Amino acid sequence: MKLRDVTAEAKLLLVGIPLLIWTLLPVYHMFLFSISPKESAFGGKLWPDHPTLHNFEVVFGEKHYYLSHFWLQLWNSLLIAVSVGILTLLVATFAAFAISRLKVRGGRTMMNLALFTYFIPAAFLAVPMYKTMGNYGLLNNQWALILAMVTIASPYSIWVLKQASDKLPYELDEAAKMDGASPLQLFRLVYLPLMMPSLVAIGTYSLLLAWNEYLYAFLLLSNDRQITLGVALGNFLAADDSPWELLMTVGLIYALPPAAIYYTFKRYMVGGLTAGAVKS
Amino acid sequence: MDPSLTADTWSESRAGSGLRQSQSGEREMATLVMPGTDPALPVGPAKKRLSPWQTWGLIMLAPYALVFLVFVIYPVGYGLWLARHPASYVKLIDDPIFARSVVNTLVFLIVGINFKMIVALFLSGFFVQPRTWIKWLSLVFILPWAVPSIPTILSIRFMLNPEWGIINHLIFEFTGADGPNWLNDPTIALGMAILVHIWKTLPFWTLILIAGRLAIPKEMYEAAAVDGATNWQKFKFITWPSMRTLYLTCTILSMIWTLGDFNSVYLLTGGGPADLTHVLATLGIRYLRLDQVDLSMASIVCAMPLVLPLVYFMMKRLSK
Repeated sequence: MKLRDVTAEAKLLLVGIPLLIWTLLPVYHMFLFSISPKESAFGGKLWPDHPTLHNFEVVFGEKHYYLSHFWLQLWNSLLIAVSVGILTLLVATFAAFAISRLKVRGGRTMMNLALFTYFIPAAFLAVPMYKTMGNYGLLNNQWALILAMVTIASPYSIWVLKQASDKLPYELDEAAKMDGASPLQLFRLVYLPLMMPSLVAIGTYSLLLAWNEYLYAFLLLSNDRQITLGVALGNFLAADDSPWELLMTVGLIYALPPAAIYYTFKRYMVGGLTAGAVKS
Repeated sequence: MDPSLTADTWSESRAGSGLRQSQSGEREMATLVMPGTDPALPVGPAKKRLSPWQTWGLIMLAPYALVFLVFVIYPVGYGLWLARHPASYVKLIDDPIFARSVVNTLVFLIVGINFKMIVALFLSGFFVQPRTWIKWLSLVFILPWAVPSIPTILSIRFMLNPEWGIINHLIFEFTGADGPNWLNDPTIALGMAILVHIWKTLPFWTLILIAGRLAIPKEMYEAAAVDGATNWQKFKFITWPSMRTLYLTCTILSMIWTLGDFNSVYLLTGGGPADLTHVLATLGIRYLRLDQVDLSMASIVCAMPLVLPLVYFMMKRLSK
């Protein structure tokens, strides 16, 4: 019996340890570069002889050609992500309420159209979107990226919110109607408070989507003072002698906020985005 | 983790009942008011006074409808218009890079995704083992999904650098031989792009399949254990039959999303060497950068026969 337990544990470890290495290696590699001086970063060591925070100093002080707008670009990323989060919440909550609670005519059609958009890979919509933004005169304007990301984030958001609000008992609406509540009162006083967990989930989802976006950001914005930090990272690749230790440092700074948000709101992300899941 | 704890993108039972209700309601209304008009347009029955509920419903649906018109319908229509010349398609088919991209995309989907889903199915069995350290590991395991893909893909890109990268350093240290020139060989480079994609998305699918496994009643396994079933028999007769539909749905959905996976290829190989590792998602952007918008749109139109059946399958499953 004892021996069998040991073998079972060993088998699990045999899966667990490679999995841990596989998962952490690229992230650790990034971290390693960020604390290595330039010379030792390229030496292929697993730990630098003299770990240093010098790279962070260079980045925060914008002391390199590639970094001259670091703080501005970080701000751009933040501004765009927050705007997308708020706008998506507005658009999607209204739509989900209208479809699910007010049973508006054409709501189901709209829902299906939205779902259809959700399934078309965003990369295929990128080229038409780029040309369209050109027609609208919005290229190199941060509104272009914000609106594009709202377009991409909305369908899934509406769908999740609709699922969640279908679960609320219909008697609530009836009772509110009996008491003479207007649709807006129902929305504000009954619907929003009950939907809070899903709203947090959707806000987080769209915010992270916008922060992490690369393709649309690099297509729609090109001016150094307007691009997001993600695009700036990609621009490092333009030169052959890229300062990789700085690139990895910026990458780490760029990766930390979304990871922190994800782990903080994991409960909501996971609980709120479920909507009943996997009953098949 | 309990089954309700899973980030997931669909729900069948809920969607089923909810959608059916509104559908029948809508049909009645449409036939009562004005058969044949699209109920999405408020124009037809506007003469009759709408109830405040319907009015507010239309007002609240308007922002999304507007976004949809301005940023989905118009771009798609404009894109199709740009791709209207048959000459573009002739040029596209004559371009060897296009043929190569189609093959790469198919390899990515058929080999990459199936491999990923099988691994995810296996790992979901690993993560449901009741151990504290496995709980902790599962938290770490989500990391690739939680961090943005740009910095991590660039990190992998440097790891694979033939001269300075850590991988070839380790290979040299252990074997004394030079490692391969990872990203300069189209086959290996594509393989690496697939691995990057798997690294990034494996946690998500594993999480979903874990939820699927946890939804299976424990009693079934206990009964099987009493009857002396082996692990393989338990999987074959209990786990797989209950997870088959979910597994298929996940595979299809993953294929759809992978078709649009731009980052894994573009940031790792940039389509190179010699444009041999492009997939359809990056090819459109390549043409755009070469200022060949018609080819770009044509290549996207050519991807539709691949995308639409998958989308159709998903839509049917979701509104069943």
